[in-house]
Amino acid sequence: MRRVYMDHAAATPVRREVIEAMLPYFDEHFGNPSTIYDMGSKIKQVIEEQRVKVAKLIGAKAEEIIFTSSGAEANNLAIKGSALAKQKKGNHIIISAIEHHSVLNSARFLERMDFEVTFLSVDEYGLVDPERLASAMRPETIIVSIMHANNEIGTIEPITELSAICREREVSFHTDAVATVGNIPVDVNGLGVDLLSLSGVSLGAPKGIGALYFRDNLRLMPLIHGGIQERGRRGGTENVPAIVGLGRAAEIAVKELPDKTNHIGELRDLLVAGIHERIEQVKYTGHPDKRLPGHASFCIQAIEGEALLFMLNQEGIYANTGSACASKALKTSPVLVAIGIPPDLAQGSIVFTLNSSNTREEVEYVLEKLPFAVERLRSFSPIWGKKTAA
Amino acid sequence: MYSEKVIEHFSNPKNAGVIENADGIGEVGNPVCGDMMAFYIKVKNDKLADVKFKTFGCVAAIAVSSIVSEMAKGKTLKEAKSITKKAAAEALDGLPREKMHCSNLGAKALAEAIKDYEEKKYGKPKSATPQKKRKKPKRHITCSHCDAQNPITANFCMSCGKELNA
Repeated sequence: MRRVYMDHAAATPVRREVIEAMLPYFDEHFGNPSTIYDMGSKIKQVIEEQRVKVAKLIGAKAEEIIFTSSGAEANNLAIKGSALAKQKKGNHIIISAIEHHSVLNSARFLERMDFEVTFLSVDEYGLVDPERLASAMRPETIIVSIMHANNEIGTIEPITELSAICREREVSFHTDAVATVGNIPVDVNGLGVDLLSLSGVSLGAPKGIGALYFRDNLRLMPLIHGGIQERGRRGGTENVPAIVGLGRAAEIAVKELPDKTNHIGELRDLLVAGIHERIEQVKYTGHPDKRLPGHASFCIQAIEGEALLFMLNQEGIYANTGSACASKALKTSPVLVAIGIPPDLAQGSIVFTLNSSNTREEVEYVLEKLPFAVERLRSFSPIWGKKTAA
Repeated sequence: MYSEKVIEHFSNPKNAGVIENADGIGEVGNPVCGDMMAFYIKVKNDKLADVKFKTFGCVAAIAVSSIVSEMAKGKTLKEAKSITKKAAAEALDGLPREKMHCSNLGAKALAEAIKDYEEKKYGKPKSATPQKKRKKPKRHITCSHCDAQNPITANFCMSCGKELNA
């Protein structure tokens, strides 16, 4: 059966070149980078080369990169590591209401440890208002974290404006850029951020590797105490093959980014236009323009997302949903709640995230199968035809 | 995650649709909660001659609706009323734990449709087990000293001033 994968926010295939770059580091060059003989010190050198490549992808200096096990760990380290290092200065944290769980739950964890957290609301497109951030700032504010782009609705936040507010007040600004790095140009200086998280998952690197950028003079409390790996900021023997994979993927991303952005942007526009043409009562969620190029998210009236994904799965199409039924906790996606989507419409959430490997034919295949699946589910929905869409 | 039986019933649901001029209609859940089921029944000689459903919900909700409608069809009203959520889930070779509430909805929607039919016909539900009379919530407390009625919130009797024991 045909396989059309459009859930690249969840995982991307590891590129052949990346796998080949990684392979020698499993057996041939297996030494521990912390050892002093050449079998180890050479590996140490290799890790530093990867640091340069990852730094280059985001316009940073090599020494400002810490390798982590994932984007989630990078987010944890940024929020908890900063808060713990600065608790003498203050105890107030600001995050947006639509952050990834790894940011949200890090903040909630700190809340239980006598930190105070302000959750900034967003507008109907998911945008954080810089004025609202300015008025939420307090003398005790020590860190602000607003994601670069949201993975569920694709909206890109005005990071440059938001970070400027923090810089004026000498408050650290972190952005979770897992959804953007590798999809659009990301430059830490242009964005004006002090900390930035990225993940291998969205870059064509293997799972289990991520990185945190932190501006060089910043204090950060390690979460994993151990040896002096990562200059004492993260203990534990380095995951050398994965780090090499991330370095190679970063190198490819730098080279291919302009073409990729154009390609997935075109396909996305085709998909969005096609869906609006073929399916009635569909809401395009997120910002219409300020959004990730390969990101198309919708709420379809009168049907439920899990059931829709399942029908698409049977046609070999892979996408995602924020429907309550698809989550183990049976809760509507907090992101869809935050942008004011009513719970019944939120049930019909579907998200397509594209990559350079997707083709025009694949988009056409989705446009052929999706309306049929929607129509079928609506044919036995008791609420279809009874009310009009938002 | 789902059994083959669930997938089969989801992919080809039996009895999906509406019965025009149904003898009984049962609706449970609401779109805001995420699931909604409507069951339609046609009754002949105290038997379910036809059962149809419409469901807004996930894979499990649709599969449950389908299996419940299939189990109920041809049964007497009494038999149909005894279809439990457990029986529905078992007939589907099980459901993931977080989806068990879907099977409850299916059994409930069918029971509601039968109740609707019986109400129309007899004016009141002919339930298998007589419904317990609901006790009126206690609103007053009687003083053990002077028998005066006091509000449930009072600590002392308004008539004789003695302490009240709830």
